[in-house]
Amino acid sequence: MKKKFGIREVVAIGIGTALFVVLTQAQIPLVIVPNTYLAPRMAVLAFLSAVFGPIVGAVIGVLGHALGDALFYGSVWWSWVFPEAIVGIGIGLFAKKFAVREGGFDGKNVALFNLIQILANAIAWIVLAPVLDIVVYAEPATKVFGQGAFAFLGNIVIIGILGSILLAAYSKIAGKSSGLKKED
Amino acid sequence: MTRMISYEAKDTFIHRLSGFSKLVFFILWCTASAITYDTRILLAMVIAGGVIFALSKTRWNQVKTVFKAVMFFMILNLLCIYLFAPDQGTKIYGTRTLLTHTGNHYDLTAEQLFYEFNVCIKYFTVIPSIFIFLVTTNPSELAASMNGVGIPYTVAYSVSIALRYIPDVQGDYQRIKNAQQARGIEMSKKASLPDRIKRTASIIFPLLFSTMDRIDVVSNAMELRGFGKKKKRSWYMKRPLKAGDYIVIIISAALVLFTILMNIRNGGRFYNPFN
Repeated sequence: MKKKFGIREVVAIGIGTALFVVLTQAQIPLVIVPNTYLAPRMAVLAFLSAVFGPIVGAVIGVLGHALGDALFYGSVWWSWVFPEAIVGIGIGLFAKKFAVREGGFDGKNVALFNLIQILANAIAWIVLAPVLDIVVYAEPATKVFGQGAFAFLGNIVIIGILGSILLAAYSKIAGKSSGLKKED
Repeated sequence: MTRMISYEAKDTFIHRLSGFSKLVFFILWCTASAITYDTRILLAMVIAGGVIFALSKTRWNQVKTVFKAVMFFMILNLLCIYLFAPDQGTKIYGTRTLLTHTGNHYDLTAEQLFYEFNVCIKYFTVIPSIFIFLVTTNPSELAASMNGVGIPYTVAYSVSIALRYIPDVQGDYQRIKNAQQARGIEMSKKASLPDRIKRTASIIFPLLFSTMDRIDVVSNAMELRGFGKKKKRSWYMKRPLKAGDYIVIIISAALVLFTILMNIRNGGRFYNPFN
């Protein structure tokens, strides 16, 4: 990765968004609170952010959420679209440190990854999404904070379990091919 | 799955508009719908949206299943608002006109009913604009026209790739799901929550890794063809903005301006019939 925004990033945003959109249909409803889900697509967002960095993560989150909801549910809830960017940026900022492609995603990085994702999700779903709901849609505070809290729990669980496993597994595979050395 | 909305080529006034002006219309329309709770504006938008939808000659079959899904989520949301905050209407409109008299916290008020009616028609303002945008916009043309108005072509290309690859990834998803089903993994809705998570993981692993391969393949192919080397590129699908496009963009901007002015004139975002 010499350039900050090269061809790989352009393609990663495009195909990553497509993947995020398609996984909209794999959501598992949390029955207790309406319109909240255990969303495997969040694990994929976390994965792609950790591999490709904050810009790719933020764009996939926003574009993917808006497109996915429009294509599958026919309505876009904007106040829940933009917080996705926080999750993408938060995790993406540490992409270099995770060094997923270089095979560096091990014990210490798993802990760091989870710490970051919990923080980013807290800001996104407990603070930003409900506040936007109240400001933009004038929805009742009790309802949106309830939904936000459940979205937060659902997301940290799915990213914590599925996201961590995906990253660790990919890091193992991708890291293996680095046996070649560059000749001066 | 046929549940998804997709582009269909037709020859109507709306199909001939540039993708960019439809994107601007879509975003500004949603903005206007989000910033106002003025029932009169919302109702006018519902009617206008319906008319434009009819003009686009979209077949009902194309959007039927998605429309049903929206209705389901809308009703859930409306019930949920009532459950969590039966007094939201009173809080907003300042009066309390009881319609039922059980003396209970959950007594239905006219204000609550009116507030939820507004939330409900808000859905109906946004739905047609989404359907129109998705059904009448050609992805390649959208990228070309976005670049045409000064958005960097790398960004335009990302959007184009996203729209272009959704059907491919969707196909992969279906194939992997069928393969896992053939191996005996329970895919129905009957399974318990941990089982459902496990089976979802059994789809996501191969899907994500094949996607990572695809990103490599596509970006290598683009690099070999010299993508990103020059500052400009030409587009096969390029169409210059025409008079109709400028009219659509001006009307959408005027709508947002009008709703903002109405908000100021009303002294708030709500139209209050109770005073």
